[in-house]
Amino acid sequence: MIPEVDELLLRSLTPSVLGILVRRGADFAAAEDAVQDALVEAVRVWPADPPRDPKGWLVTVAWRRFLDATRADAARRRREDLVEEEPAPGPAPAVDDTLQLYFLCAHPSLTPSSAVALTLRAVGGLTTRQIAQAYLVPEATMAQRISRAKRTVCGVRFDQPGDVATVLRVLYLVFNEGYSGDVDLAAEAIRLTRQLAAAIDHPEVAGLLALMLLHHARRATRTAPDGSLVPLAEQDRGRWDTKSITEGVEILQAALARDRLDEFQAQAAIAALHADAPTAEETDWVQIVEWYDELARLTDSPVVQLNRAVAVGEADGPRAGLAALAALDDSLPRHAAVAAYLHERDGDLATAARLYAEAARKAPNLAERDHLTRQAARLNARRCR
Amino acid sequence: MAKYLLLKHYRGAPASANDVPMDKWTPEEISAHMQYMNDFAARLTETGEFVDGQALAPEGTWVRYDGAGRPPVTDGPFAETKDLIAGWMVIDVDSYSRAVELAGELSAAPGAGGRPIHEWLELRPFLGGPPCITE
Repeated sequence: MIPEVDELLLRSLTPSVLGILVRRGADFAAAEDAVQDALVEAVRVWPADPPRDPKGWLVTVAWRRFLDATRADAARRRREDLVEEEPAPGPAPAVDDTLQLYFLCAHPSLTPSSAVALTLRAVGGLTTRQIAQAYLVPEATMAQRISRAKRTVCGVRFDQPGDVATVLRVLYLVFNEGYSGDVDLAAEAIRLTRQLAAAIDHPEVAGLLALMLLHHARRATRTAPDGSLVPLAEQDRGRWDTKSITEGVEILQAALARDRLDEFQAQAAIAALHADAPTAEETDWVQIVEWYDELARLTDSPVVQLNRAVAVGEADGPRAGLAALAALDDSLPRHAAVAAYLHERDGDLATAARLYAEAARKAPNLAERDHLTRQAARLNARRCR
Repeated sequence: MAKYLLLKHYRGAPASANDVPMDKWTPEEISAHMQYMNDFAARLTETGEFVDGQALAPEGTWVRYDGAGRPPVTDGPFAETKDLIAGWMVIDVDSYSRAVELAGELSAAPGAGGRPIHEWLELRPFLGGPPCITE
Protein backbone atom coordinates (compact mmCIF):
# COMPACT_ATOMS: atom_id res chain seq x y z
CA MET A 1 0.00 0.00 0.00
CA ILE A 2 1.27 3.42 -0.88
CA PRO A 3 1.32 5.70 2.17
CA GLU A 4 -0.56 8.95 1.83
CA VAL A 5 1.22 12.27 2.01
CA ASP A 6 0.88 14.00 5.37
CA GLU A 7 -1.09 16.94 4.03
CA LEU A 8 -0.84 18.96 7.23
CA LEU A 9 2.95 18.58 7.37
CA LEU A 10 3.14 19.58 3.74
CA ARG A 11 0.96 22.64 4.25
CA SER A 12 2.76 23.67 7.45
CA LEU A 13 5.95 23.98 5.38
CA THR A 14 4.29 26.27 2.82
CA PRO A 15 4.97 29.69 4.37
CA SER A 16 8.63 29.07 5.14
CA VAL A 17 9.32 27.66 1.67
CA LEU A 18 7.56 30.63 0.10
CA GLY A 19 9.49 32.99 2.39
CA ILE A 20 12.81 31.49 1.29
CA LEU A 21 11.95 32.00 -2.39
CA VAL A 22 10.95 35.61 -1.78
CA ARG A 23 14.17 36.25 0.19
CA ARG A 24 16.15 34.82 -2.70
CA GLY A 25 14.69 37.53 -4.89
CA ALA A 26 11.63 35.90 -6.39
CA ASP A 27 8.64 38.21 -6.63
CA PHE A 28 5.80 37.13 -4.38
CA ALA A 29 3.22 36.28 -7.07
CA ALA A 30 5.58 34.09 -9.10
CA ALA A 31 7.02 32.46 -5.98
CA GLU A 32 3.54 31.64 -4.72
CA ASP A 33 2.65 29.92 -7.99
CA ALA A 34 5.93 27.98 -7.89
CA VAL A 35 5.28 26.79 -4.33
CA GLN A 36 1.78 25.62 -5.29
CA ASP A 37 3.32 23.64 -8.15
CA ALA A 38 5.84 22.11 -5.77
CA LEU A 39 3.04 21.09 -3.34
CA VAL A 40 1.16 19.36 -6.16
CA GLU A 41 4.38 17.62 -7.20
CA ALA A 42 5.01 16.51 -3.61
CA VAL A 43 1.58 14.90 -3.35
CA ARG A 44 2.37 13.00 -6.57
CA VAL A 45 5.95 11.94 -5.81
CA TRP A 46 6.30 11.57 -2.04
CA PRO A 47 4.14 8.47 -1.48
CA ALA A 48 6.49 6.34 -3.59
CA ASP A 49 9.67 8.29 -2.86
CA PRO A 50 9.53 10.19 0.45
CA PRO A 51 12.29 12.79 0.80
CA ARG A 52 14.63 12.79 3.78
CA ASP A 53 14.37 16.58 4.06
CA PRO A 54 10.81 17.54 3.02
CA LYS A 55 11.39 21.28 3.34
CA GLY A 56 14.66 21.19 1.38
CA TRP A 57 12.90 19.13 -1.31
CA LEU A 58 10.09 21.67 -1.58
CA VAL A 59 12.53 24.61 -1.75
CA THR A 60 14.54 22.93 -4.52
CA VAL A 61 11.50 21.98 -6.59
CA ALA A 62 9.74 25.32 -6.06
CA TRP A 63 12.90 27.27 -6.94
CA ARG A 64 13.34 25.22 -10.10
CA ARG A 65 9.72 25.87 -11.06
CA PHE A 66 10.22 29.55 -10.41
CA LEU A 67 13.36 29.61 -12.59
CA ASP A 68 11.61 27.74 -15.41
CA ALA A 69 8.71 30.16 -15.33
CA THR A 70 10.97 33.19 -15.10
CA ARG A 71 13.25 31.94 -17.88
CA ALA A 72 10.25 31.49 -20.15
CA ASP A 73 9.27 34.98 -19.23
CA ALA A 74 12.80 36.34 -19.52
CA ALA A 75 13.29 34.89 -22.97
CA ARG A 76 10.60 37.22 -24.04
CA ARG A 77 11.71 40.15 -21.99
CA ARG A 78 15.48 39.68 -22.29
CA ARG A 79 15.86 39.94 -18.57
CA GLU A 80 18.05 37.10 -17.47
CA ASP A 81 20.20 38.67 -14.80
CA LEU A 82 18.06 37.45 -11.91
CA VAL A 83 18.15 33.81 -12.92
CA GLU A 84 21.82 33.28 -13.75
CA GLU A 85 22.69 31.18 -10.77
CA GLU A 86 20.97 29.42 -7.95
CA PRO A 87 21.89 31.00 -4.62
CA ALA A 88 23.15 28.79 -1.83
CA PRO A 89 20.31 27.80 0.50
CA GLY A 90 21.98 29.18 3.64
CA PRO A 91 20.27 29.42 7.01
CA ALA A 92 16.77 30.75 6.45
CA PRO A 93 15.05 32.97 9.02
CA ALA A 94 11.95 30.79 8.80
CA VAL A 95 9.97 32.36 11.63
CA ASP A 96 10.38 35.90 10.35
CA ASP A 97 9.41 34.85 6.84
CA THR A 98 6.25 33.20 8.06
CA LEU A 99 5.28 36.33 9.96
CA GLN A 100 5.98 38.55 6.96
CA LEU A 101 3.74 36.34 4.83
CA TYR A 102 0.87 36.73 7.26
CA PHE A 103 1.30 40.51 7.10
CA LEU A 104 1.45 40.53 3.31
CA CYS A 105 -1.61 38.32 2.86
CA ALA A 106 -3.65 40.43 5.29
CA HIS A 107 -2.38 43.74 3.91
CA PRO A 108 -4.80 46.62 4.54
CA SER A 109 -5.02 47.31 0.78
CA LEU A 110 -6.84 43.96 0.34
CA THR A 111 -10.58 43.48 0.79
CA PRO A 112 -11.49 40.99 3.54
CA SER A 113 -12.50 38.29 1.03
CA SER A 114 -9.24 38.71 -0.91
CA ALA A 115 -7.13 38.65 2.25
CA VAL A 116 -8.89 35.48 3.40
CA ALA A 117 -8.34 33.73 0.05
CA LEU A 118 -4.70 34.78 -0.23
CA THR A 119 -3.94 33.76 3.36
CA LEU A 120 -5.50 30.32 2.88
CA ARG A 121 -3.44 29.74 -0.27
CA ALA A 122 -0.08 31.36 0.43
CA VAL A 123 0.12 30.70 4.18
CA GLY A 124 -2.24 27.74 4.50
CA GLY A 125 -1.09 25.91 1.38
CA LEU A 126 -4.65 25.07 0.30
CA THR A 127 -5.36 24.74 -3.40
CA THR A 128 -7.59 27.21 -5.23
CA ARG A 129 -10.11 24.41 -5.73
CA GLN A 130 -10.28 23.65 -2.02
CA ILE A 131 -10.74 27.32 -1.15
CA ALA A 132 -13.41 27.71 -3.85
CA GLN A 133 -15.28 24.68 -2.48
CA ALA A 134 -15.10 25.96 1.07
CA TYR A 135 -16.60 29.31 0.06
CA LEU A 136 -19.08 27.82 -2.44
CA VAL A 137 -17.90 29.84 -5.44
CA PRO A 138 -16.71 28.59 -8.84
CA GLU A 139 -13.01 27.71 -9.00
CA ALA A 140 -12.39 30.26 -11.78
CA THR A 141 -13.87 33.00 -9.58
CA MET A 142 -11.62 32.08 -6.68
CA ALA A 143 -8.58 31.90 -9.01
CA GLN A 144 -9.31 35.44 -10.18
CA ARG A 145 -9.81 36.67 -6.63
CA ILE A 146 -6.43 35.27 -5.66
CA SER A 147 -4.53 36.61 -8.66
CA ARG A 148 -6.07 40.05 -8.22
CA ALA A 149 -5.05 39.96 -4.57
CA LYS A 150 -1.50 39.08 -5.58
CA ARG A 151 -1.41 42.00 -8.02
CA THR A 152 -2.68 44.31 -5.29
CA VAL A 153 0.19 43.46 -2.95
CA CYS A 154 2.91 43.15 -5.61
CA GLY A 155 4.36 46.55 -4.70
CA VAL A 156 4.45 45.90 -0.96
CA ARG A 157 7.96 45.39 0.39
CA PHE A 158 8.31 41.99 1.98
CA ASP A 159 10.34 43.20 4.94
CA GLN A 160 7.93 45.90 6.05
CA PRO A 161 6.45 45.17 9.46
CA GLY A 162 2.69 44.83 9.36
CA ASP A 163 -0.19 45.17 11.77
CA VAL A 164 -1.02 42.06 13.78
CA ALA A 165 -4.62 43.29 14.17
CA THR A 166 -5.30 42.99 10.43
CA VAL A 167 -3.96 39.42 10.43
CA LEU A 168 -6.15 38.50 13.40
CA ARG A 169 -9.24 39.88 11.68
CA VAL A 170 -8.56 37.62 8.69
CA LEU A 171 -8.05 34.54 10.87
CA TYR A 172 -11.21 35.37 12.85
CA LEU A 173 -13.18 35.51 9.57
CA VAL A 174 -11.83 32.14 8.47
CA PHE A 175 -12.69 30.55 11.82
CA ASN A 176 -16.23 31.90 11.81
CA GLU A 177 -16.89 30.40 8.40
CA GLY A 178 -16.89 26.96 10.06
CA TYR A 179 -16.80 24.13 7.61
CA SER A 180 -18.40 23.25 4.33
CA GLY A 181 -17.20 20.87 1.67
CA ASP A 182 -14.10 18.87 2.56
CA VAL A 183 -12.11 21.73 4.07
CA ASP A 184 -12.50 22.37 7.77
CA LEU A 185 -11.97 26.13 7.87
CA ALA A 186 -12.32 26.37 11.64
CA ALA A 187 -9.57 23.80 12.15
CA GLU A 188 -7.48 25.52 9.50
CA ALA A 189 -7.91 28.89 11.25
CA ILE A 190 -6.74 27.31 14.51
CA ARG A 191 -3.71 25.81 12.77
CA LEU A 192 -2.80 29.16 11.20
CA THR A 193 -3.33 31.06 14.47
CA ARG A 194 -1.21 28.51 16.33
CA GLN A 195 1.53 28.96 13.72
CA LEU A 196 1.23 32.74 14.08
CA ALA A 197 1.45 32.46 17.87
CA ALA A 198 4.70 30.52 17.39
CA ALA A 199 6.07 33.26 15.16
CA ILE A 200 5.17 36.25 17.33
CA ASP A 201 4.76 36.66 21.07
CA HIS A 202 1.67 38.82 21.33
CA PRO A 203 -1.17 38.70 23.90
CA GLU A 204 -3.83 39.47 21.29
CA VAL A 205 -2.75 36.49 19.17
CA ALA A 206 -2.88 34.32 22.28
CA GLY A 207 -6.34 35.72 23.06
CA LEU A 208 -7.68 34.81 19.63
CA LEU A 209 -6.14 31.33 19.76
CA ALA A 210 -7.71 30.73 23.18
CA LEU A 211 -11.07 32.01 21.92
CA MET A 212 -10.97 29.67 18.93
CA LEU A 213 -9.95 26.64 21.00
CA LEU A 214 -12.66 27.24 23.58
CA HIS A 215 -15.38 27.56 20.95
CA HIS A 216 -14.04 24.69 18.86
CA ALA A 217 -14.26 22.48 21.95
CA ARG A 218 -18.06 22.71 21.82
CA ARG A 219 -18.39 22.05 18.12
CA ALA A 220 -19.55 18.43 18.22
CA THR A 221 -22.42 19.36 20.55
CA ARG A 222 -23.58 22.51 18.78
CA THR A 223 -25.75 20.72 16.22
CA ALA A 224 -28.05 17.72 16.54
CA PRO A 225 -27.66 14.78 14.14
CA ASP A 226 -30.43 16.29 11.95
CA GLY A 227 -28.44 19.53 11.61
CA SER A 228 -30.58 21.64 13.95
CA LEU A 229 -28.88 24.05 16.38
CA VAL A 230 -28.49 23.07 20.03
CA PRO A 231 -28.33 26.11 22.34
CA LEU A 232 -25.46 26.36 24.84
CA ALA A 233 -27.66 25.50 27.84
CA GLU A 234 -28.86 22.26 26.20
CA GLN A 235 -25.51 21.03 24.91
CA ASP A 236 -24.11 17.74 26.23
CA ARG A 237 -21.17 19.14 28.19
CA GLY A 238 -19.74 15.65 28.65
CA ARG A 239 -18.92 15.69 24.95
CA TRP A 240 -17.05 19.00 25.01
CA ASP A 241 -13.40 18.56 24.03
CA THR A 242 -11.60 18.86 27.37
CA LYS A 243 -8.16 18.82 25.77
CA SER A 244 -9.04 21.84 23.68
CA ILE A 245 -10.57 23.58 26.72
CA THR A 246 -7.51 22.96 28.88
CA GLU A 247 -5.20 24.32 26.21
CA GLY A 248 -7.44 27.35 25.61
CA VAL A 249 -7.65 28.17 29.32
CA GLU A 250 -3.87 27.87 29.78
CA ILE A 251 -3.16 30.13 26.83
CA LEU A 252 -5.75 32.61 28.05
CA GLN A 253 -4.38 32.69 31.60
CA ALA A 254 -0.86 33.35 30.35
CA ALA A 255 -2.16 36.16 28.15
CA LEU A 256 -4.26 37.74 30.90
CA ALA A 257 -1.26 37.70 33.24
CA ARG A 258 0.45 40.16 30.92
CA ASP A 259 -2.20 42.74 31.76
CA ARG A 260 -2.85 43.94 28.22
CA LEU A 261 -6.51 43.13 27.87
CA ASP A 262 -8.13 43.23 24.43
CA GLU A 263 -11.40 42.09 22.88
CA PHE A 264 -10.27 38.55 22.04
CA GLN A 265 -9.02 37.88 25.56
CA ALA A 266 -12.25 39.20 27.06
CA GLN A 267 -14.37 37.08 24.70
CA ALA A 268 -12.18 34.06 25.47
CA ALA A 269 -12.64 34.70 29.21
CA ILE A 270 -16.42 34.50 28.74
CA ALA A 271 -16.07 31.27 26.75
CA ALA A 272 -13.78 29.90 29.49
CA LEU A 273 -16.40 30.62 32.17
CA HIS A 274 -18.97 28.64 30.14
CA ALA A 275 -16.45 25.83 29.67
CA ASP A 276 -15.81 25.81 33.41
CA ALA A 277 -19.46 25.22 34.37
CA PRO A 278 -20.26 21.51 34.82
CA THR A 279 -23.94 22.27 34.12
CA ALA A 280 -25.67 25.26 32.55
CA GLU A 281 -27.26 26.06 35.95
CA GLU A 282 -23.84 26.35 37.58
CA THR A 283 -22.64 29.02 35.12
CA ASP A 284 -21.05 32.01 36.88
CA TRP A 285 -23.26 34.61 35.19
CA VAL A 286 -22.21 37.39 37.58
CA GLN A 287 -18.62 37.08 36.43
CA ILE A 288 -19.74 36.80 32.81
CA VAL A 289 -21.61 40.12 33.13
CA GLU A 290 -18.40 41.66 34.50
CA TRP A 291 -16.49 40.43 31.46
CA TYR A 292 -19.16 41.87 29.16
CA ASP A 293 -18.68 45.19 30.97
CA GLU A 294 -14.94 44.95 30.26
CA LEU A 295 -15.70 44.08 26.66
CA ALA A 296 -18.06 47.07 26.36
CA ARG A 297 -15.20 49.33 27.47
CA LEU A 298 -12.98 47.89 24.72
CA THR A 299 -15.47 48.06 21.86
CA ASP A 300 -18.59 50.02 21.01
CA SER A 301 -20.04 46.99 19.21
CA PRO A 302 -23.80 46.84 19.92
CA VAL A 303 -23.60 43.05 19.65
CA VAL A 304 -21.68 43.05 22.93
CA GLN A 305 -24.51 45.02 24.56
CA LEU A 306 -27.03 42.53 23.22
CA ASN A 307 -25.11 39.56 24.61
CA ARG A 308 -24.65 41.45 27.86
CA ALA A 309 -28.43 41.80 28.17
CA VAL A 310 -28.74 38.00 27.98
CA ALA A 311 -26.09 37.61 30.68
CA VAL A 312 -27.80 40.22 32.88
CA GLY A 313 -31.04 38.29 32.40
CA GLU A 314 -29.36 35.17 33.76
CA ALA A 315 -27.50 36.91 36.60
CA ASP A 316 -30.21 39.27 37.86
CA GLY A 317 -33.41 37.83 36.38
CA PRO A 318 -35.26 38.33 33.09
CA ARG A 319 -36.75 41.71 34.08
CA ALA A 320 -33.24 43.13 34.56
CA GLY A 321 -32.26 41.63 31.19
CA LEU A 322 -35.27 43.24 29.51
CA ALA A 323 -34.38 46.58 31.12
CA ALA A 324 -30.84 46.31 29.71
CA LEU A 325 -32.32 45.40 26.33
CA ALA A 326 -34.70 48.38 26.36
CA ALA A 327 -31.70 50.72 26.09
CA LEU A 328 -30.69 49.15 22.74
CA ASP A 329 -31.84 49.82 19.17
CA ASP A 330 -34.44 47.18 18.28
CA SER A 331 -33.24 47.05 14.67
CA LEU A 332 -30.04 45.29 15.81
CA PRO A 333 -29.56 41.79 14.38
CA ARG A 334 -30.89 39.16 16.81
CA HIS A 335 -32.60 41.80 18.99
CA ALA A 336 -35.97 40.05 18.58
CA ALA A 337 -34.41 36.67 19.41
CA VAL A 338 -32.93 38.00 22.67
CA ALA A 339 -36.20 39.74 23.57
CA ALA A 340 -38.12 36.51 22.88
CA TYR A 341 -35.80 34.52 25.14
CA LEU A 342 -36.06 37.01 28.02
CA HIS A 343 -39.85 37.24 27.74
CA GLU A 344 -40.08 33.45 27.83
CA ARG A 345 -37.95 33.39 30.98
CA ASP A 346 -40.27 36.03 32.40
CA GLY A 347 -43.27 33.78 31.73
CA ASP A 348 -44.85 35.87 28.97
CA LEU A 349 -45.19 33.05 26.46
CA ALA A 350 -47.51 34.86 24.03
CA THR A 351 -45.07 37.76 23.56
CA ALA A 352 -42.14 35.34 23.42
CA ALA A 353 -43.80 33.22 20.69
CA ARG A 354 -44.60 36.32 18.63
CA LEU A 355 -41.02 37.59 18.97
CA TYR A 356 -39.50 34.20 18.11
CA ALA A 357 -41.56 34.15 14.89
CA GLU A 358 -40.42 37.71 14.12
CA ALA A 359 -36.79 36.75 14.88
CA ALA A 360 -37.12 33.78 12.51
CA ARG A 361 -38.19 36.09 9.67
CA LYS A 362 -35.11 38.24 10.28
CA ALA A 363 -32.66 35.37 10.85
CA PRO A 364 -29.36 35.71 8.97
CA ASN A 365 -29.01 32.00 8.17
CA LEU A 366 -31.14 28.89 7.72
CA ALA A 367 -29.97 27.09 10.85
CA GLU A 368 -30.97 30.02 13.07
CA ARG A 369 -34.23 30.49 11.20
CA ASP A 370 -35.19 26.86 11.71
CA HIS A 371 -34.18 27.02 15.36
CA LEU A 372 -36.21 30.19 16.02
CA THR A 373 -39.23 28.80 14.14
CA ARG A 374 -39.08 25.71 16.34
CA GLN A 375 -38.91 27.89 19.46
CA ALA A 376 -42.05 29.77 18.33
CA ALA A 377 -43.75 26.46 17.52
CA ARG A 378 -42.78 24.99 20.90
CA LEU A 379 -44.37 27.92 22.79
CA ASN A 380 -47.45 28.03 20.56
CA ALA A 381 -47.98 24.29 21.05
CA ARG A 382 -47.65 24.67 24.83
CA ARG A 383 -50.10 27.58 24.93
CA CYS A 384 -52.71 25.68 22.92
CA ARG A 385 -52.77 22.74 25.31
CA MET B 1 -30.58 16.30 -19.95
CA ALA B 2 -32.41 19.52 -19.23
CA LYS B 3 -32.22 21.83 -16.27
CA TYR B 4 -35.28 23.03 -14.41
CA LEU B 5 -35.77 25.56 -11.67
CA LEU B 6 -38.20 24.70 -8.86
CA LEU B 7 -39.29 27.94 -7.23
CA LYS B 8 -40.78 28.13 -3.76
CA HIS B 9 -42.70 31.29 -2.85
CA TYR B 10 -43.23 33.13 0.42
CA ARG B 11 -46.22 34.79 -1.23
CA GLY B 12 -47.73 35.15 -4.67
CA ALA B 13 -48.36 31.45 -5.26
CA PRO B 14 -51.88 30.00 -4.97
CA ALA B 15 -52.61 28.93 -1.37
CA SER B 16 -51.45 25.46 -0.30
CA ALA B 17 -54.01 22.85 0.65
CA ASN B 18 -52.51 22.47 4.14
CA ASP B 19 -51.97 26.21 4.68
CA VAL B 20 -50.84 26.69 8.28
CA PRO B 21 -47.92 29.05 9.08
CA MET B 22 -44.90 27.13 10.28
CA ASP B 23 -44.74 28.65 13.76
CA LYS B 24 -48.16 27.10 14.39
CA TRP B 25 -46.82 23.59 13.72
CA THR B 26 -45.32 21.47 16.47
CA PRO B 27 -41.51 21.34 16.71
CA GLU B 28 -41.68 17.66 15.67
CA GLU B 29 -43.66 18.58 12.54
CA ILE B 30 -41.02 21.19 11.67
CA SER B 31 -38.26 18.62 12.12
CA ALA B 32 -40.12 16.13 9.93
CA HIS B 33 -40.50 18.79 7.24
CA MET B 34 -36.78 19.68 7.31
CA GLN B 35 -35.87 16.02 7.20
CA TYR B 36 -38.07 15.48 4.15
CA MET B 37 -36.42 18.40 2.32
CA ASN B 38 -32.90 17.20 3.21
CA ASP B 39 -33.69 13.62 2.22
CA PHE B 40 -35.16 14.82 -1.06
CA ALA B 41 -31.98 16.74 -1.96
CA ALA B 42 -29.78 13.84 -0.83
CA ARG B 43 -31.75 11.38 -2.96
CA LEU B 44 -31.48 13.63 -6.04
CA THR B 45 -27.74 13.94 -5.45
CA GLU B 46 -27.55 10.14 -5.47
CA THR B 47 -29.54 9.86 -8.69
CA GLY B 48 -27.31 12.49 -10.28
CA GLU B 49 -30.14 14.99 -10.72
CA PHE B 50 -29.39 17.63 -8.05
CA VAL B 51 -27.66 20.85 -9.12
CA ASP B 52 -28.25 23.52 -6.50
CA GLY B 53 -30.60 24.59 -3.73
CA GLN B 54 -30.71 27.94 -1.96
CA ALA B 55 -33.00 29.84 0.40
CA LEU B 56 -33.60 33.59 0.29
CA ALA B 57 -34.32 36.00 3.13
CA PRO B 58 -37.76 37.61 2.95
CA GLU B 59 -36.36 41.14 2.91
CA GLY B 60 -35.31 42.71 -0.37
CA THR B 61 -35.02 45.97 -2.26
CA TRP B 62 -35.79 47.19 -5.78
CA VAL B 63 -32.75 48.90 -7.35
CA ARG B 64 -32.32 50.72 -10.64
CA TYR B 65 -29.78 52.88 -12.48
CA ASP B 66 -30.48 56.60 -12.13
CA GLY B 67 -28.08 58.14 -14.65
CA ALA B 68 -24.33 58.77 -14.83
CA GLY B 69 -22.70 60.01 -11.66
CA ARG B 70 -25.79 59.40 -9.56
CA PRO B 71 -26.24 56.66 -7.00
CA PRO B 72 -28.75 53.94 -7.93
CA VAL B 73 -32.36 54.52 -6.90
CA THR B 74 -33.59 52.06 -4.31
CA ASP B 75 -37.10 51.23 -3.26
CA GLY B 76 -37.81 48.78 -0.50
CA PRO B 77 -38.51 46.67 1.32
CA PHE B 78 -40.74 44.95 -1.22
CA ALA B 79 -44.40 45.98 -1.17
CA GLU B 80 -46.90 43.47 0.23
CA THR B 81 -48.29 42.86 -3.25
CA LYS B 82 -45.02 41.56 -4.68
CA ASP B 83 -44.49 37.87 -5.40
CA LEU B 84 -41.79 36.77 -3.02
CA ILE B 85 -39.45 33.91 -3.84
CA ALA B 86 -38.40 31.94 -0.76
CA GLY B 87 -35.83 29.75 -2.44
CA TRP B 88 -35.15 27.35 -5.22
CA MET B 89 -33.80 24.02 -6.27
CA VAL B 90 -32.18 23.41 -9.63
CA ILE B 91 -32.45 19.91 -11.06
CA ASP B 92 -30.95 18.35 -14.16
CA VAL B 93 -33.29 15.67 -15.48
CA ASP B 94 -34.01 13.67 -18.63
CA SER B 95 -37.49 14.90 -19.32
CA TYR B 96 -40.19 17.40 -18.50
CA SER B 97 -42.28 14.60 -17.02
CA ARG B 98 -39.46 13.69 -14.60
CA ALA B 99 -39.23 17.35 -13.56
CA VAL B 100 -42.98 17.44 -12.89
CA GLU B 101 -42.75 14.19 -10.93
CA LEU B 102 -39.98 15.57 -8.70
CA ALA B 103 -41.73 18.91 -8.18
CA GLY B 104 -44.80 16.94 -7.09
CA GLU B 105 -42.73 15.01 -4.56
CA LEU B 106 -41.19 18.19 -3.16
CA SER B 107 -44.66 19.71 -2.85
CA ALA B 108 -45.72 16.74 -0.73
CA ALA B 109 -43.36 17.71 2.12
CA PRO B 110 -45.19 17.18 5.42
CA GLY B 111 -46.60 20.19 7.28
CA ALA B 112 -49.08 20.71 10.10
CA GLY B 113 -50.49 17.44 11.40
CA GLY B 114 -47.79 15.60 9.46
CA ARG B 115 -49.97 15.85 6.33
CA PRO B 116 -48.53 16.96 2.96
CA ILE B 117 -48.56 20.73 2.42
CA HIS B 118 -49.60 20.46 -1.24
CA GLU B 119 -47.62 23.66 -1.77
CA TRP B 120 -47.66 25.15 -5.28
CA LEU B 121 -44.15 25.19 -6.76
CA GLU B 122 -43.23 27.01 -9.93
CA LEU B 123 -41.39 24.84 -12.48
CA ARG B 124 -39.34 26.74 -15.05
CA PRO B 125 -37.12 25.25 -17.77
CA PHE B 126 -33.66 26.78 -18.25
CA LEU B 127 -32.79 28.21 -21.65
CA GLY B 128 -29.62 26.30 -22.43
CA GLY B 129 -27.04 26.69 -25.20
CA PRO B 130 -27.83 25.81 -28.83
CA PRO B 131 -27.07 22.22 -29.88
CA CYS B 132 -23.99 21.47 -32.01
CA ILE B 133 -25.88 19.19 -34.38
CA THR B 134 -28.43 21.26 -36.22
CA GLU B 135 -29.36 19.02 -39.16
